[in-house]
Amino acid sequence: MSLLSPIMAVVLVLAGAVLIVGLARRIWLYAVTPAPLRIPTTPAPFTRTGAAFRVGREVMLFESLFKADKLLWLLSVLFHLGLLLVLVRHLRYFLPHAPEALVFIQPFGKLGGIAMVVGLAGLLARRIILPRIRYISSATDIGTLLLLMAIGASGLTMTYFIHTDIMGLKAFLASIPHFDLQPIPDDAPLVIHLLLVAGLLMIAPFSKLLHMAGVFFSPTRNQCDDARTRRHVAPWARPYDQQR
Amino acid sequence: MADFEVPPLAEDIDTAAPPALAPNAMAHLKTFPAAPAHNEALGFPGQLVENWQERAIEKMGELLEKYRSLRVYLDSCVKCGACADKCHYFLGTGDPKNMPVARQDLLRSVYRYYFTPAGKLLGRLAGARKLTEAVLQEWYTYYHQCSQCRRCSVFCPYGIDTAEISMAAREIMDHIGLGQKYSNEIIGKVHKIGNNLGLPEPALANTLEGLEEDVRDATGVDVKFPLNVKGAEVLLVTPSADFFAEPHVDGLIGYAKVFHQAGVSWTLSSHASEAANFAMFIGSYDQMHKVANRIRQAAIDLGVKRIVFGECGHAWRVAYSFLNTLAGPWDFLDPRYPRPQHILEFTHDLMTRGGIRFDKDANAGMVVTMHDSCNVARASGMGDRPGGQFTIPREVIKACVPKFVDMHPDTIHEKTFCCGGGGGLLTDDLMELRVKGAKPRMDALKQVVERDGVTNMVAICAICKSQFTKVMPKYGFDMGMVTSLHQLVSRAIRLGPGA
Repeated sequence: MSLLSPIMAVVLVLAGAVLIVGLARRIWLYAVTPAPLRIPTTPAPFTRTGAAFRVGREVMLFESLFKADKLLWLLSVLFHLGLLLVLVRHLRYFLPHAPEALVFIQPFGKLGGIAMVVGLAGLLARRIILPRIRYISSATDIGTLLLLMAIGASGLTMTYFIHTDIMGLKAFLASIPHFDLQPIPDDAPLVIHLLLVAGLLMIAPFSKLLHMAGVFFSPTRNQCDDARTRRHVAPWARPYDQQR
Repeated sequence: MADFEVPPLAEDIDTAAPPALAPNAMAHLKTFPAAPAHNEALGFPGQLVENWQERAIEKMGELLEKYRSLRVYLDSCVKCGACADKCHYFLGTGDPKNMPVARQDLLRSVYRYYFTPAGKLLGRLAGARKLTEAVLQEWYTYYHQCSQCRRCSVFCPYGIDTAEISMAAREIMDHIGLGQKYSNEIIGKVHKIGNNLGLPEPALANTLEGLEEDVRDATGVDVKFPLNVKGAEVLLVTPSADFFAEPHVDGLIGYAKVFHQAGVSWTLSSHASEAANFAMFIGSYDQMHKVANRIRQAAIDLGVKRIVFGECGHAWRVAYSFLNTLAGPWDFLDPRYPRPQHILEFTHDLMTRGGIRFDKDANAGMVVTMHDSCNVARASGMGDRPGGQFTIPREVIKACVPKFVDMHPDTIHEKTFCCGGGGGLLTDDLMELRVKGAKPRMDALKQVVERDGVTNMVAICAICKSQFTKVMPKYGFDMGMVTSLHQLVSRAIRLGPGA
């Protein structure tokens, strides 16, 4: 067995660890940082359930973005929904036996891959063409889009052109936790695909990809409108009550 | 005041495109910095401290620990640009740094440099920059070109609120000795005299007596304007502009007539003769707490059962969203009413129960539209259901006037445009910004004036009223179009027994 398999195993495990630890640290930080004043963007729901639904609509339907810009909304939905289908489809590489639902979703997953790349291409074009968006784009904004596109393109290459040894990949992945490493198929598209994914996982906790956690913690969205009936004194603000 | 061109109004707002980028178009406009005495009165250093850079980063670190909004919002922006064409100051000036995302980035870039590994590692590539003198000047310029109206937060897919960021930036600047004259001087006056205008108790008493005479002369009815009356049912807290500015004072007369006709005893307080709380504009919890607790003190001293707020946008935000937290609990007030209550909730409630009646003929010939004030629309509420801040004022207006029309749907309710003078920017040294920032609202007003013959635009905020009376003439509108909501009430309400 070449060095490739252990190297890839280490890279993937490391990337997963960075993602999980990094994201967990960030989420923890968001959760423990107080929100000393009620600032929901109103009109806002009066109940916490209502606020949870509002966040749910932001996460699943991109409600506010729809209000802002229909084309951007469409491109974003293409990308995110595509990515979601792709991720679900990928579960089958980690499960010994794919359940029926997962088999059913495979063709949609393939479509998702295409939708994702099309959406990303549109988002990139927007960044380059529209003066306002070009003005606010930095190298990392373009870089993140290119990275995601490369991941999508390398994946689609394997789906449609240069098939890889899926059973071999499954065996490799399944063997990682057992320290009894099976060889990874040494196909270039596969290795490139996995390295890019590892890169994405590693930058996620340190980049704007944090929006996936931030959206759940946004006070303007997740707070309900109840400040007239409930006090919300932050721990650091408690001494103020004694000062008056 | 430097010369500048008033932007031409859109021919048709449905097809009008956002302006072309005009980099640094507003870089020259810096609001006056506060004098040392104004900063020191609020506990801030008098002038820029020696180690300002270090102190600024330290303060930023402290705010990141204290405010979830700041931490989450600095991390989460993906630069999608959904907000880019939503800010009235961008739409009026074309300066790209007035796009909400770009305004946030002025602070975010520094955050990334000092607080994130990506910024430390990649620097400019990750949009990170050191806090230099030039960056600080940029902060001062552009964080005082944000009226904290939160329109951007409506459209952001993560709800990022630029107001939170500009408040943090102003708080950092205050803590290194770079305060803004307008806001800090006014907060000092509130502490010292009790209101933004520096109107002392005898002058206030005198003004109120004058109003009583005026109303008696005009209506023959003895409507009172009580001050410091112990044991009154209601404490009215209203912006001090209501005491003499036009059209504000006509609103105050309206509140007084409503209380009179309802038979509810009420009083103003000289200790809390101001609803405004400019401490919100500078992001200072400490100052906001002090200013808010004057109202608590006044309510306790006078032994009132209810607190009612007059027409004022940001004051209502502080009252509705923060007052309970800052100055509550209100267990000594009557629990049957909202604590605190908006004057419009009071009037609307009476109107619905038949306690007051209106005569629309008193406002004959008027075609009225309404400017939703940003802080009422997007940062607070009214009544017992979400969106009451839109329906309640409109129902009261419609009861008082023969014809009401709304402006373009993208410019009302939660999508309303700021008047251009909110957030501590209602100062003559920012007149160019104020005029240009009013353009989106003027565009929408022009449409209803031409289409529906609108004669009056109602506002329910002292800042909106002052701003519009000043800038509307620049766009060719009569400043008399600006109307207090309770001015309509004042004219239409039937006074006297059996009315």
